[in-house]
Amino acid sequence: MLCDNCKERDAIINLTQVEHDSKVTLHLCEQCAQQKGVETGGAVLKSPLGNFLGAVVKSGSPGALVAAAGDGLRCPSCGSTLRDFRDSGRLGCDQCYVSFDAHLRDLLRRLHGSSQHVGERYETPGTGSGDGDTDPRSRLLELKAQLRRAVEGENFELAAELRDQIRVLE
Amino acid sequence: MDLSLLPDGGMRWLDASGPKSTIVLSTRIRLARNVRGVPFSQRAKDSDRTAVLDRVSEAAAATEHLANAVAFHLDQMDRSERQLLHERHLVSKELAGLEREARARPGAALLVQDQVGVMVNEEDHLRLHGMWSGFDVEGAYAAVEAVDAELGRLIPFAFHPEFGYLTSCPTNAGTGLRASVLIHLPGLVLTKEITKVLQGLSQVGLTFRGLYGEGSDVVGNFFQLSNQTTLGKTEDELIDHLGKIVRQVVEYEEQARDVLLRTAPEEVEDKTWRAYGLLKHARRLSFEETMNLLSGVRLGVSLKLLPGPGVYTLNKLLIYTQPAHLAAMDGRSAGDRELPTVRAAFVRRLLEAESS
Repeated sequence: MLCDNCKERDAIINLTQVEHDSKVTLHLCEQCAQQKGVETGGAVLKSPLGNFLGAVVKSGSPGALVAAAGDGLRCPSCGSTLRDFRDSGRLGCDQCYVSFDAHLRDLLRRLHGSSQHVGERYETPGTGSGDGDTDPRSRLLELKAQLRRAVEGENFELAAELRDQIRVLE
Repeated sequence: MDLSLLPDGGMRWLDASGPKSTIVLSTRIRLARNVRGVPFSQRAKDSDRTAVLDRVSEAAAATEHLANAVAFHLDQMDRSERQLLHERHLVSKELAGLEREARARPGAALLVQDQVGVMVNEEDHLRLHGMWSGFDVEGAYAAVEAVDAELGRLIPFAFHPEFGYLTSCPTNAGTGLRASVLIHLPGLVLTKEITKVLQGLSQVGLTFRGLYGEGSDVVGNFFQLSNQTTLGKTEDELIDHLGKIVRQVVEYEEQARDVLLRTAPEEVEDKTWRAYGLLKHARRLSFEETMNLLSGVRLGVSLKLLPGPGVYTLNKLLIYTQPAHLAAMDGRSAGDRELPTVRAAFVRRLLEAESS
């Protein structure tokens, strides 16, 4: 039987309503039943999730939580503005966290309840307890990576120095 | 692309060997990391992405945990292959280019070895991840953390003393850690307790999604539960908390199943046998119907109302009845109109093989 309301989908719910002493029975599909506020088995499954997911998606752009007042701020490193972040919810680069720090600190507090990282402390390679502790293979790889960056940055003096170090290790 | 290069097709978690695996299918950990000084995905140029991929590939080759990783370059794969990886939960929809743009970005790649992998050039430069069978947050985290420690020594990650690991979206900043479980909750759905439980989750800092993560629908009573916040708590605190709450949800689910068995044993038994009967005999099956029937059978098996099939077979059916998998097996396209017929035949074959 087709749904009395949309006449498209199969009716799976019989909705009986009493109006002015007369009984009216409607045969409805799940969607139309839901529209009429009937809780179907499927609705229990789908509708709270739908609403929930909708809410998550809507608030899913955290940029929207940032006040428009700082819109003109621009990250000198990547060129994106706070406005870009408000629109897309994505930051342009790691330096944006420094460029927009007051705004982001506030946002992070609202999102996470805190802006202070208390998890694992990360030590950037090469700044740790001394290169002597690093195994030679990692050291070599790190040197090669530095070399590429030096060449890319046209820092040829440093590049030559790194090349020598690599030769020694190899 | 040859997925057979991956032992177990990159899905060892399907084997149902982990704790509580009739209710919790899998545990997944991911860590978001970015390379210091390189623009995030949103601003990155193609040359930035390629440089990131080179960097990660080079570093991975020097690690213990990813030295023998199989690399998939998504920008060089056709859509059906990318969809295949997505259906295996190995890459996100975004990385696979299955969203609006319909093609993968240059430099989009997946490195995978055993149960851990790295998505490269997703929303963040690196998304390290691992998927474990059953309910095993500690096991999965330990493995992913080991990869993180190795890569972090070779690649300078973007890190800030106050904000922690810096990510493209501030919702992931701090630890960059998302721990999630894929959990089957038919008892709570049937007893209509699910809304209450899901609403409760959001109050304790957890969030839920559908089978494929962010933005996906809930099908077959499968839910993905994960931590909502990533900053202001240590990795161990986040993991312990998720573990504690999931254990509680598992308990609620078990109670709901007891209630069902006590108050409506015949209905439940009938429901599971009907689901089994349909799967065994139907001639056309949509994906959604298959998921729902598998849910019924899974419930029946874990309540011992049905003698079989095994949970491993049910897990395999979840993956292999998806469009790209069926299409690949049968040499069709994922949009083929005959897929429901192919699906029904495949399900029958697998169930018959199991019961013979």
